[in-house]
Amino acid sequence: MVTKSTGCLLEWIPARVATTGKGLAVGGAALSANLATAAWEHGLQDPVTASARQAQDLHTWMMWLISFIFFGVFSVLAYSLYAHRKSRGHQAAQFHDNTKVEILWTVVPFVILVVVAVPSTRALVNMRDTSQPDLTVKATGYQWKWGYEYLTGDAAGIRFQSVLATTQEQIKGQAPKGENYLLDVDRPLVVPVNRKVRVLTTSADVIHAWSVPAFAVKTDAVPGFVRETWFRAEKEGTYRGQCSELCGKDHGFMPVVVQVVSEQQYAEWTAEQKVLMAANVEDPNKVWALAEQVAHGEKIYLAHCVACHQVNGSGLPPAIPALDGSKLVTGPKLDHIGIVLNGKTGTAMAAFGAQLNNTDLAAVVAYERNAWSNQTGDVIQPAEVLALRGK
Amino acid sequence: MYASDTAIHPGHEGHEAHAGHPPKGILRWVTTTNHKDIGTMYLWFSFAMFLVGGAMSLVLRAELMQPGIQFVTPEFYNQMLTLHALIMVFGAIMPAFVGFANWMLPMMVGASDMAFGRMNNWSFWLLPPAAILLTSSLLMPGGAAGTGWTLYPPLSVQMGIGMDMAIFAIHILGMSSIMGAINIITTILNMRTPGMTLMKMPMFCWTWLVTAFLLIASMPILAGAVTMLLTDRHFGTSFFSAAGGGDPVLFQHIFWFFGHPEVYIIALPAFGVVSHVIPAFSRKPLFGYTSMVYAIAAIGLISFLVWAHHMYVTGIPLTGQLYFMYATLLIAVPTGVKVFNWVTTMWRGSITFETPMLFALGFLFLFTIGGLTGLVLAITAVDIQLQDTYYVVAHFHYVMVAGALFSAYAGLYYWLPKWTGYMYSERLGQWHFWLSLVFFNVAFFPQHFLGLAGMPRRIPDYAQQFTEFNLVSSIGAFGFGISQLMVLVVVFNTLRRKEKAPAKPWEGAEGLEWTVPSPAPYHTFEEPPPFDNSRAHG
Repeated sequence: MVTKSTGCLLEWIPARVATTGKGLAVGGAALSANLATAAWEHGLQDPVTASARQAQDLHTWMMWLISFIFFGVFSVLAYSLYAHRKSRGHQAAQFHDNTKVEILWTVVPFVILVVVAVPSTRALVNMRDTSQPDLTVKATGYQWKWGYEYLTGDAAGIRFQSVLATTQEQIKGQAPKGENYLLDVDRPLVVPVNRKVRVLTTSADVIHAWSVPAFAVKTDAVPGFVRETWFRAEKEGTYRGQCSELCGKDHGFMPVVVQVVSEQQYAEWTAEQKVLMAANVEDPNKVWALAEQVAHGEKIYLAHCVACHQVNGSGLPPAIPALDGSKLVTGPKLDHIGIVLNGKTGTAMAAFGAQLNNTDLAAVVAYERNAWSNQTGDVIQPAEVLALRGK
Repeated sequence: MYASDTAIHPGHEGHEAHAGHPPKGILRWVTTTNHKDIGTMYLWFSFAMFLVGGAMSLVLRAELMQPGIQFVTPEFYNQMLTLHALIMVFGAIMPAFVGFANWMLPMMVGASDMAFGRMNNWSFWLLPPAAILLTSSLLMPGGAAGTGWTLYPPLSVQMGIGMDMAIFAIHILGMSSIMGAINIITTILNMRTPGMTLMKMPMFCWTWLVTAFLLIASMPILAGAVTMLLTDRHFGTSFFSAAGGGDPVLFQHIFWFFGHPEVYIIALPAFGVVSHVIPAFSRKPLFGYTSMVYAIAAIGLISFLVWAHHMYVTGIPLTGQLYFMYATLLIAVPTGVKVFNWVTTMWRGSITFETPMLFALGFLFLFTIGGLTGLVLAITAVDIQLQDTYYVVAHFHYVMVAGALFSAYAGLYYWLPKWTGYMYSERLGQWHFWLSLVFFNVAFFPQHFLGLAGMPRRIPDYAQQFTEFNLVSSIGAFGFGISQLMVLVVVFNTLRRKEKAPAKPWEGAEGLEWTVPSPAPYHTFEEPPPFDNSRAHG
């Protein structure tokens, strides 16, 4: 999901030229293999909800209508281009008005559009009806991943983040692309089949959009606001979509994956998640040792921080500061914890206090303070993070 | 009968280099208040910007040729797609039609020049600094804005100084457009030759009259939106930030209140050109002049009432979605009337297929396709599936490129003899047309399929099922891009072969511009020409 560059024009050219040849070679081989099993996908994805079927039907009707208009108009035009050409000796008529015909081709299209508007209205009213859901989940857009939280039923309280699972090697062409290239996540949203699922969307930073074409669902995720949509999946399976509102550099790398399972499997999954969450409940009073904490912190860093600050901590200055050798990171602990907890307004630095618990936040801060050329030797106890929350 | 341009007027003796001769050298172009000179500058500027914006699109299509990231980083890709659109809309297509307006409107209405010559000069000369500001934002730390041309906050609030440069460039471009619009309205309303009532005015004048009002009403709105963005970025306001009591979606409402009339600002002059070319090469008057005028006015008016069809999935209330769907469907009616009228103009005419007519036919065919996909997008329940996918990208390239650009080419070939005094090579023109037509469709038709299949827009890399059509589209894009270099070949070949053009090279052409010699003298219609009432429309 990340490649290294400042984004500044003057610096990307040499790097790109160097990798182009390699990329072309590997890409070319992959492409010829792809063409052999080419998909040529050209239509709406198979609908698995009633809404998606309605959308597909409406689209089919519209295709018939516009094809009719197209062939109607252009067969007349084509005939005219043939029969009324000067080279065939056709003499130009000089008529230039006909009020009756004008009225006809104003009124008839108007009537056609009224006819089109009726089923369109019905479909939309249906799509906006989020009443009486069986389950409500919240999808929060982050730069650049989704966070899910179950709000009702047995699953209430289950929350996790859903991060792109495709590796950098695949993206850069250094490894063959998997079957669900760019459409795979580590932890999908799991919902039961044949149940009305209400999805609330919001964002922690910029506008994203949560979309699953097979459900005909697409709703913006607007920071500071909660939008809602719904779906009732009629078939078990795994359904994939992508973020659908430009949200920054990795907009193309934060897919939406929904796994629709039987009631039984959903109940099992819910119980399993709750057990895992209980096991992971942190003890904010635990006292960590440096080596153990740094190891844990590295995992957190790789999951949450590399997209911007890079594996080697060099960042993407000036928009994204380097952490390696940073005055803030090697300076007073409170300032460092504060900025990770609360973010920095007006920049892409999010408030990770909302995403990470005290243990994980303390660990990642400790990792940064003891990685690369930073060797502060500092340990950060979760209790220190907890004490700073809300300040 | 046309007025001699060497007539002597009292009070003119003090002016620089008159009696038909402009000053020499670069100073001529810097200080000119002559509508022909200014029109020429607009046209060269727009073509240069077209090549720059086109090169950027080829960066995008090169990256999209295969899945994976090969050439550019995702953040640079976003900068390219943002600048590509801003340059094409504000630097290429809008100035191109303003160039046509400058060259042709005074001659079409029988006026000696535009109403405000010095302001006209300023309108043009604001453009190069704005273009430099916009393109050089790429060199700034953090690069250019990477938000898409729509500049939505909060993402645009995160951007670096490149965003501020884009905002200032937009302000300057807007000022240029507003001043140009004032000039056009005043010229058309006040300087028509006696006998030329509004309902006898050429269609290109009508389209520009309505377009100018759209510009005056909508450009200040854009200025407001980007200024609010600027203050949110730097001066502590929260217009678009929920944390401060604002709303990111407010920006979208303000932007699209400008943005939708903007696309008709681009389309209406294109309609005007086509309304001249089709009758000329059918040797038949434009069918339904009155309803064509009403259609233009209706389109102009309704264009202000449909903006939120760009916002169907933002969470606006159901009532809003329904209203905007109905209003958007409604705008198809006058647009359809225009298409039917153009076809009927040709019906039982005596048609020939010189290059201007080919491009006008290309416009008719392809703009209609774009309009029909617009109808599909208007249906909210379907738009849910297509919003922010390549279906939208295909739609607007059909109407803007195959529509507006092809119309501009039609106008270029149609009026080039008048401007230069020489005929272009018909063979080269045909090559330009056919290459453009074929490669355009190869580039953009597959994008409908990509959108239907679910490929989002504004992504530098894509899932495997989108591979094949992306490859086809990229090949088409490169072919189309290279074909546009033919414009330079045609223009320079025209000036080289020096095949003299008569005052009216096109048998069926109508209008006052064809009553002056080719090339048109530096000053035309210094006395208002007599206007023959019976031959009403241009």
